[in-house]
Amino acid sequence: MKIRLDILRRESGETEPYLQSIMFETEDENATVATALSEINKSEGIRDLNGKRVKPIRWECSCLQKKCGACAMVINSHPQLACNARLKDCEKNGCIKIEPLRKFPVVQDLVVDRSVMFENLRLMNVWFNEQTKADEGSAEISYEASRCLQCGCCLEVCPNFYAGSEFFGTSAMVPITRIISELPEAQKKEILKAYREHGYSGCGKSLACRNVCPAGIDIDRLLVNSNAAAVWRRKIGGRNKKK
Amino acid sequence: MNRINIVGAGLSGLSAAITLAENGVPCNLISLQQSERAQSVLAEGGINGALNTMGENDNTENHFNDTIKGGVFLADPNAVDGLTKGAPGIIRRLEGIGVPFNMKDGEIVLRNFGGQKKKRTAYARSSTGKIIMSAVIDEARKHEHSGMIKRYPHHEFIRLLIKNGSCTGVRIRDSYSGKFADFKGIVILASGGLNGVFPGMTTGTTQNSGDVTATVFSQGVILGNLEMLQYHPTTVGISGKRCLVTEAARGEGGRLYIERGGEKWYFMEEKYPELKNLMPRDVVAREMFFVRRDGECGDQVYLDMTGLPEDTWKNKLSDLREEIIHYLSIDPKTAPVPVKEGIHYFMGGIDTDINHRTNIENLYAAGECACQYHGANRLGGNSMLGALYGGRTAANAIIDGIKNKTGFSDEEPEFLDISDEPFAKEASSVLIEKISEILLGGLGIVRNENDLKNSLEKLSELEKKPRNEREKNRIALAFAMLLSALERKESRGAHYREDFPEKDESFRKSGLAVFDDGKIRIEYREIPERRSE
Ligand SMILES: Cc1cc2nc3c(=O)[nH]c(=O)nc-3n(C[C@H](O)[C@H](O)[C@H](O)COP(=O)(O)OP(=O)(O)OC[C@H]3O[C@@H](n4cnc5c(N)ncnc54)[C@H](O)[C@@H]3O)c2cc1C
Ligand code: SF4
Ligand code: SF4
Ligand code: FES
Repeated sequence: MKIRLDILRRESGETEPYLQSIMFETEDENATVATALSEINKSEGIRDLNGKRVKPIRWECSCLQKKCGACAMVINSHPQLACNARLKDCEKNGCIKIEPLRKFPVVQDLVVDRSVMFENLRLMNVWFNEQTKADEGSAEISYEASRCLQCGCCLEVCPNFYAGSEFFGTSAMVPITRIISELPEAQKKEILKAYREHGYSGCGKSLACRNVCPAGIDIDRLLVNSNAAAVWRRKIGGRNKKK
Repeated sequence: MNRINIVGAGLSGLSAAITLAENGVPCNLISLQQSERAQSVLAEGGINGALNTMGENDNTENHFNDTIKGGVFLADPNAVDGLTKGAPGIIRRLEGIGVPFNMKDGEIVLRNFGGQKKKRTAYARSSTGKIIMSAVIDEARKHEHSGMIKRYPHHEFIRLLIKNGSCTGVRIRDSYSGKFADFKGIVILASGGLNGVFPGMTTGTTQNSGDVTATVFSQGVILGNLEMLQYHPTTVGISGKRCLVTEAARGEGGRLYIERGGEKWYFMEEKYPELKNLMPRDVVAREMFFVRRDGECGDQVYLDMTGLPEDTWKNKLSDLREEIIHYLSIDPKTAPVPVKEGIHYFMGGIDTDINHRTNIENLYAAGECACQYHGANRLGGNSMLGALYGGRTAANAIIDGIKNKTGFSDEEPEFLDISDEPFAKEASSVLIEKISEILLGGLGIVRNENDLKNSLEKLSELEKKPRNEREKNRIALAFAMLLSALERKESRGAHYREDFPEKDESFRKSGLAVFDDGKIRIEYREIPERRSE
């Protein structure tokens, strides 16, 4: 398999981005974009399509098995995990376009600074103030909400999210559902308020985020549950906790 | 006084940070990437603790005995005593921060796991590590909000600052800006296993490059039991790594075979009629090696799961099936899967005492980067426990030594451009691959003096060329690993020498690698007696 990778590169956030094409050849029919990037970087003397020597491509990875969210990028206009994107599935006429996620500041090449996602979780107070315990009723919801990779793919497609906005997007609404599923009495007001302010009210329900989650999280089910508690003041999955 | 500096934000680093914060001691939590990307999220099977919820009369003494026996009497019994006694409390604490363990009738369900006689492993379906991490990360976030924990989540360890034999801090680099800063104060290393020493050959993450351990070794930190690498028998090669095929695949009826004379030979079933494919990990891995080496056999072992009932695929192994189809384009329901052993865990690492102190004053180590609790082999489910307990123990030791918990300086050191930092330049990936190849030649599943000496010779060749500091450190670490395996002239746990196939009591000692004045030597230290109550 011979693939031309068109990579949107950039020295830093301050310089202009440019498209660079690099050929990648492999026998491995299951090779992913992650394979291609690491193989290219390992080769001695990387050259672009014109034979010009180019620098290694900077990108992030860690687990290489779609469990850590590090390698999220935009591949052929779709946000996804590079380690999950098989070349044979992505290529169109032997080409694949690779760009960094667009909602975050670029550090270099395909590396973006996703700090805002983590900062937003802090601003929403996503934690338990006191001891809690997942019971059999809430465990399902809690488990699903705990699976979020903080990859940022959902934010990429969301029409309402931008870095710095008051709306924090699915990547915040999913983890906060873990807290809501237990709903400790002492934190109830503040948590539901945060959910309404930074989640529910800013979400246009366009559902664009539903099909991109690489973890396959059942976002609908989680948000129905949280909406019920925060907006309709009902509990579906878990139970209300009295102290 | 300065904030405590923790290098690594996986389970052990987080555990240390939370413990410090709860006790009024602020810290800096430094990691290459966010906690969500740490290897700890990959753990699947579970975490051990004698909660005794299954009506099997389990207790912490049983857990102690299984751990010591699993480690073939090489672990420090006093450390293991603390670990196993602390385990139920650790799992209860996780429950208390909302970890949704599998439950039945309001109690945590425990499962069987290799090497343990009782059901003792708590789990959250097949993603225990990820689910625990999410809760622990939330808990740490609470203390980030209060300022007790300050994160540096895209920052790389460069080297320790050492003065007169004592650790005075750590130099780090912001990987976004490229600038360096010196963080003064006590340091806890929680930087994970040595995956990067064997690129593509381990089941763990690429993030744990091994650079931290290699660097501190060259700075005089003593390492222990480096020859103890745990190989998992059933892994599949996917792009860039080995992917674990859970033991449950064999537990549910998966069978290993190799082609011999045009026929399938189910060697485990013939050689071990009682336990068959469910022999301990190291035995299975070794047998796979032997049949592959056998001239009459093919060179690929397969895991045959084609006979498994529909129900098992649907209810128990659906994730596994999906994964194998996705990565290998093989449907394990209808075709055998090629498997090979992969490096799964590093029992050896930075040598510590029972309080996680290293040989350097004010330097601690915990989690997989440390050599503690697991002796010559680790039980599945004991490493997450060791990471959580170890991080907490290190933090507590530090807390005990602080007399005045007020007056922590909150000044952030300035990040500066440094052009001549010798430890900053990366090791070349070509060299890393070469070292890995040499190491695997000596440190395979079955070892012998010839292969080890051969590898040492090749390594000496590499040493002759000019190298940057990180490259020199990696070569030194590789020497230490090979020498550790060469000197241990016995077979014990994960270390199998075909020229010394028996266990030898005179080697029931911790092997220590010491880097002194550019020279490496291997020493041995007695295993202490267990203190009576
Ligand atoms: C596939 C798989 C399945 C497993 N299943 C289980 C199981 O079921 N039960 C069990 O108990 N154990 C299991 N383990 C083992 C267990 O996951 C690990 O041993 C444990 O999580 C290690 O935690 P840690 O905190 O020591 O390190 P890690 O979680 O690896 O964290 C290391 C940290 O160090 C940082 N770091 C590394 N290098 C640098 C550097 N140069 N500069 C700055 N920071 C750095 C990283 O960013 C990271 O934050 C499994 C492991 C794997 C790979
Ligand atoms: S439903 Fe639409 S607006 Fe709401 S989070 Fe998803 S993409 Fe954004
Ligand atoms: S919800 Fe899904 S897409 Fe969004 S950050 Fe979490 S894992 Fe990624
Ligand atoms: S490297 Fe972890 S998700 Fe791709």
